[in-house]
Amino acid sequence: MSAHAHPAAHAVEAPRGWIRRYVFSTDHKVIGIQYYLMSLIAVTIGMMLSWWFRAHLAWPHAHLPGFAGEMKPEEYLALVTMHGTLMIFFVLTTAPQGGFGNYFLPIQVGAEDMAFPRINMLSFWVTFAGFLVMVSSFLVQGGPPIAGWTSYPPLSAVGQIAGPGLGTGETLWVISIALFCAGSLMSALNFIATTIELRARGMSMMRMPLTVWGWFVTAVLGLLAFAVLLAAAILMLLDRLAGTSFFIPAGLVFNDTQPPLAHGGGSPLLYQHLFWFFGHPEVYIAILPSMGITSHVLSTFSRKPIFGYRAMAYSLCAIGFISFCVWGHHMFVSGMSPYSALAFSFLTLAIGVPSAIKTFNWLGTLWGGRLQFTTAMLFAIGFVSLFVSGGLSGLFLAQPTVDLPLHDTYFVIAHFHLVMGVAAIFGIFAGTYYWFPKVTGRRMNETLGKLHFWLTFIGAYLIFMPMHWMGIVGALRRYADLSSVPYAQPLQPVHQFITVAALVTGAAQLLFYWNLIWSLRHGEKVDTNPWRATTLEWSVPSPPPHSNFLEPPRVYRGPYEYSVPGMKEDFVPQHLAPEQVARAS
Amino acid sequence: MTRPTVVEEPHVELVEQTGAGSGGPAAPTGGDGGPGDRSQPRAVPRRAYLTGLTLALAAIFMFFMGLTSAFIVRRGLGNDWVRVNLPPVLWLNTAVLLASSVVLERARQYLARAESRRFQSWWRMGTVLGMLFLAGQLVAWRQLVAQGIYLATNPAASFFYVLTAAHGLHLFGGLVAVVVIALRCWDRSRFGQALAVDLAALYWHFLDGLWIFLFLLLKMGQ
Repeated sequence: MSAHAHPAAHAVEAPRGWIRRYVFSTDHKVIGIQYYLMSLIAVTIGMMLSWWFRAHLAWPHAHLPGFAGEMKPEEYLALVTMHGTLMIFFVLTTAPQGGFGNYFLPIQVGAEDMAFPRINMLSFWVTFAGFLVMVSSFLVQGGPPIAGWTSYPPLSAVGQIAGPGLGTGETLWVISIALFCAGSLMSALNFIATTIELRARGMSMMRMPLTVWGWFVTAVLGLLAFAVLLAAAILMLLDRLAGTSFFIPAGLVFNDTQPPLAHGGGSPLLYQHLFWFFGHPEVYIAILPSMGITSHVLSTFSRKPIFGYRAMAYSLCAIGFISFCVWGHHMFVSGMSPYSALAFSFLTLAIGVPSAIKTFNWLGTLWGGRLQFTTAMLFAIGFVSLFVSGGLSGLFLAQPTVDLPLHDTYFVIAHFHLVMGVAAIFGIFAGTYYWFPKVTGRRMNETLGKLHFWLTFIGAYLIFMPMHWMGIVGALRRYADLSSVPYAQPLQPVHQFITVAALVTGAAQLLFYWNLIWSLRHGEKVDTNPWRATTLEWSVPSPPPHSNFLEPPRVYRGPYEYSVPGMKEDFVPQHLAPEQVARAS
Repeated sequence: MTRPTVVEEPHVELVEQTGAGSGGPAAPTGGDGGPGDRSQPRAVPRRAYLTGLTLALAAIFMFFMGLTSAFIVRRGLGNDWVRVNLPPVLWLNTAVLLASSVVLERARQYLARAESRRFQSWWRMGTVLGMLFLAGQLVAWRQLVAQGIYLATNPAASFFYVLTAAHGLHLFGGLVAVVVIALRCWDRSRFGQALAVDLAALYWHFLDGLWIFLFLLLKMGQ
């Protein structure tokens, strides 16, 4: 039985013209793809940067291509700074939220588009402008900044005399971040308003897919946190360009021969507080959407409802809330009062509770399920593994006494790469393999996908596990070359091992790029709902029409009704009226 | 007796986007009824705009809280805090801004009672008062400059300029909305006058309250 729609009755006019359809489009689906493609470019650049500095770490005296002679320390720092900046801001904060969230949140709640489509379009182009400004720092005199993705003053605030890249490069960096803040704020506003106001009839908050919960909580975090980063960025710009001293202390001398700077009395610690008040919610912004995707994918391919839906939703909210209360754990070595440290430590450990609830519920979802090991499912399971591995080291770092020797070592690098750099990326991969059929009408190649998964999964562990040990031994981060330091010499072979693993894992990503591009044209065509999933995106054509739904959908049940006893099929879509659902005879 | 077997979900055809679509943006319009030929115009409920504005206010609030905490920390840091004599015109400006809020709110209530001519004259009065406030802020700046106090002169001055500039810029944005309403030149199909007035007034009152807060902060920080 088919329901034909009369074009006249249901045509919500789609834009005409190539520019309006694909460039300056207000369609959330186009905007989602634009964010995703921007992230794809950013992750490629970021990954390539890591190859160079990893090669330098392994072979410090090598003359690497593109460098005249040995890599200098400031060049190393530039690579590390831009790697972190591009990856955190332009990949992890954009692809899961701006990419998948923009594309699928309206559809999953049953809306035609976001609440404010033009603000949505503006948010992408502002973010993209920020991306261009960031990348332009490679091209200016002095090159990109070298102050780390955290850009601490006074190094980042005093200007050119602090070193190469800290003149124009750093100014461009701060402007880029300010633009990024503006784009993110607009986007967050849209997500929250859409989730609250545009849900279809029957779609209560507790019937929303967990992906939507993830995007929603992430947006709340973004709305409140990026505003504070914007304040910090503006004060930093004024310090750099207008001679103010918000962050620059008095009496700074550079290179002995420079006279003390005229600035006075500012506080680098003030910057750290402002930055990390943003910075901690930021890392949860990076991972919450992937948690939502993982829940979604695990449920689909276990043919089971997510274990403990309510607990999952509440845990997302709890993680989001507590994330605003723990920023001090990035500053344990800053000289803070041990009582403050105790408070921050306690709260940081407390985040482990909802995180553990989620982890056990993911395992509970898998337990007893009829598992289908599609590529998306593998990446979702991989997410759980990496989240546990990376999260456990966080518990160590959450304790001030333990953090004292481990701060700014490779232990920290291992921790955040496992949770952010790999687990969150796995969420992106899971989402890509899962939703590619909806966006394109074709499947990605499963063989290539599985190969991609295994190489990446094993490669990631090979890269980052040894770093825990390196950090305990005392290998410091952001040092270009410790090979001549006696206690660090035994680490050189480890560096080499890690670099080789990184290069191979990087090469394995070619499988993903190839799969993505090839499948666009040659992927196996599939019908509307190849995964036999329950949520609203699987009830619309692939790709969805401009207004997503021909009529506003009506929702009758929760999002994860799989293997419901007494039903003929092992899934019951959200939008089917009870009388339309076949029962087992 | 068995139930009739059904159905996969209804087979949906991709509708060809033909028809009266203009080349313009396809941004769905408000629930008042959009242009043209749809049977179910996209309904972005009125509430959504108010929710959106409330969220924007939350972000703006956090932005100023960031600046406020910076102010408090910096003030408490050392002994280089030189007092800035706040120009007395600020008191006048504050009164003008308060008055503008009261006037705009009165106008809004007239509109709610469909007294459109009273609405217009009061709204215009509020517009003028808003412009006077911004002009007064510029006067305050000039008075400080005349005393030789610039942005980088000392921390108190830096914060004064940053806070007043940030507030003033946000208020300027609000003033643009107020002027657009006064001139009655926005896209009516998107939302009606009542909603526009509600949104502009809410934003304005928020910024008024924010100014009171910032003024007190600067005063107490002296």
